[in-house]
Amino acid sequence: MKLTREEVQRVASLARLRFTSEDEERLSKQLDNILRYMEKLNQLDTSRIEPFTHAANTKTPMREDAITNEPNADALLANAPAQENHFFQVPKIIE
Amino acid sequence: MNLAEFTLHEAREKLRRREFSAQELTEAVFRRISETEEKLHSYITLSRDTALREAKQADELLKTDTSPHSLLGIPIAVKDNFLTSGIRTTCASKFLETFVPPYDSTTIKKLRAGGAVIIGKTNLDEFAMGSSAENSAFFVTRNPWATDRVPGGSSGGSAAAVAADQCIVGLGTDTGGSVRQPAAFCGIVGLKPTYGRVSRYGIIAFASSMDQVGPMTKDVEDCALMLEALAGHDPADSTSANLPALQYSASLTGDVKGLRIGIPKEYFVSGIQPAVQQAVRDAVRQLEKNGATIIDISLPHTDYAVAVYYIVATAEASSNLARYDGMRYGYRAGARDLTETYALSRAEGFGPEVKRRIMLGTYTLSAGYYDAYYLKAQKVRTLIKKDFDEAFKSCDAIIAPTAPTTAFKIGEKTQDPLQMYLSDIYTISVNLAGLPALSLPCGFDSEGLPIGMQIIGKHFDESTVLAIAYAYEQSTDWVKRKPDL
Repeated sequence: MKLTREEVQRVASLARLRFTSEDEERLSKQLDNILRYMEKLNQLDTSRIEPFTHAANTKTPMREDAITNEPNADALLANAPAQENHFFQVPKIIE
Repeated sequence: MNLAEFTLHEAREKLRRREFSAQELTEAVFRRISETEEKLHSYITLSRDTALREAKQADELLKTDTSPHSLLGIPIAVKDNFLTSGIRTTCASKFLETFVPPYDSTTIKKLRAGGAVIIGKTNLDEFAMGSSAENSAFFVTRNPWATDRVPGGSSGGSAAAVAADQCIVGLGTDTGGSVRQPAAFCGIVGLKPTYGRVSRYGIIAFASSMDQVGPMTKDVEDCALMLEALAGHDPADSTSANLPALQYSASLTGDVKGLRIGIPKEYFVSGIQPAVQQAVRDAVRQLEKNGATIIDISLPHTDYAVAVYYIVATAEASSNLARYDGMRYGYRAGARDLTETYALSRAEGFGPEVKRRIMLGTYTLSAGYYDAYYLKAQKVRTLIKKDFDEAFKSCDAIIAPTAPTTAFKIGEKTQDPLQMYLSDIYTISVNLAGLPALSLPCGFDSEGLPIGMQIIGKHFDESTVLAIAYAYEQSTDWVKRKPDL
């Protein structure tokens, strides 16, 4: 087994996810199965191969540092799960 | 004839000749939706009021408009991962169930400027992750040719809507085959343009190095017209190619004489449904009769594509979906503290496949595993791209099946994620290499299910892809068949 339940818990915490123990069990099996399939890549010698970066080799474009989108606080706040006095309301971040 | 059955080019012509109005056309489409939607479930949200308003405006403009290539008054179905200002955009996720975007994607802005009428937002696999539309958080869309089968995915809602005349044209996105495979399963035409051809700005990101917008249409001419409307440089998307927009419809001559078409031997192997293999081979023979030269080619690293894709795509997805923290928009779970709010919002807001992919991507990018998985995959991706570069030295386009089988049954592959991933085997190499590819109908199996053929082109050579597709379409009448609903 490459991916143990403990490993699933470690990755879930990195990804800010949470699972039931039943889900952890199932995920550990499924992900293990998928990772095993991916090991077929080790059949290839890639020691002299450059990693892929971009399909058509375009240069990174430069632009003026100018504001192009109009501020629209009302529309943005309209999607907030919680808001107060025209601010996003979030859980306390400092203990 | 029901007006909803028209293609884009037919409807446009008739609108201009005043045979009917944009409002009548839009009403006809909504009538068709109300007759068939209970069977299909193509749409997550219908925007009837705004659509009728847009149609009315189009009728006003049609009185004076003479530009030949606008989409004025054309009812369009949009996959629910395009941001549409004022129209709810869910990405088929509980996380975004009530999200109303404050702006339009560049593509939607272009369509609206062209006078298109947005009918509604279509179903998909949550965050476009899936091959069957079964991963939607809301409901399963059904294949119009057999309602116990999947429409394909992830753009399954748009594919079903186009096939069932619930719109005139549809819009999808394709990260690993999500336009082409549902197009094949539903018997329509779907194009994934070259990476960079169409702006990704305002498309909800899945795997940014492969995501691309594509038209889903009733025939090849419509596909060319839609690409004309969608393509072009966008400063808001730094990967958008700064190339002139082309008149793709001008390449539809019906002539393929002298064109060299490559047939990759690795795409015709065991695991492929015999009827699919036969139909694609027959189609190639037809093109040979039309004057194309057929060449055997090899894409030796094909067998590694699924592994590379599901490493790269999930890595990018895990990073892209980190933004869903339940703070500024989207779902927020009630919890004790900040960390728990993040974890529970994401645990409750995302479905199983999305979580599985975030887990896989987080794992392969995490300390100690990066080189073994992500870096290795990006190196093999270089090899896959080189296979195509090499092949295109001896041919102008490549033909292969779009999918190894016709539409499978609902529920058939949901228990085994790896089996589901393997159904993308013929489409994902194209995304890894950033190439354009189109799927069009080339036959039906013994159960009456449509079969799709894929035409793959060189970077930014959509014109040749469309030219071959059009020539084939003119020699057959597969696209004219309609499902019996």
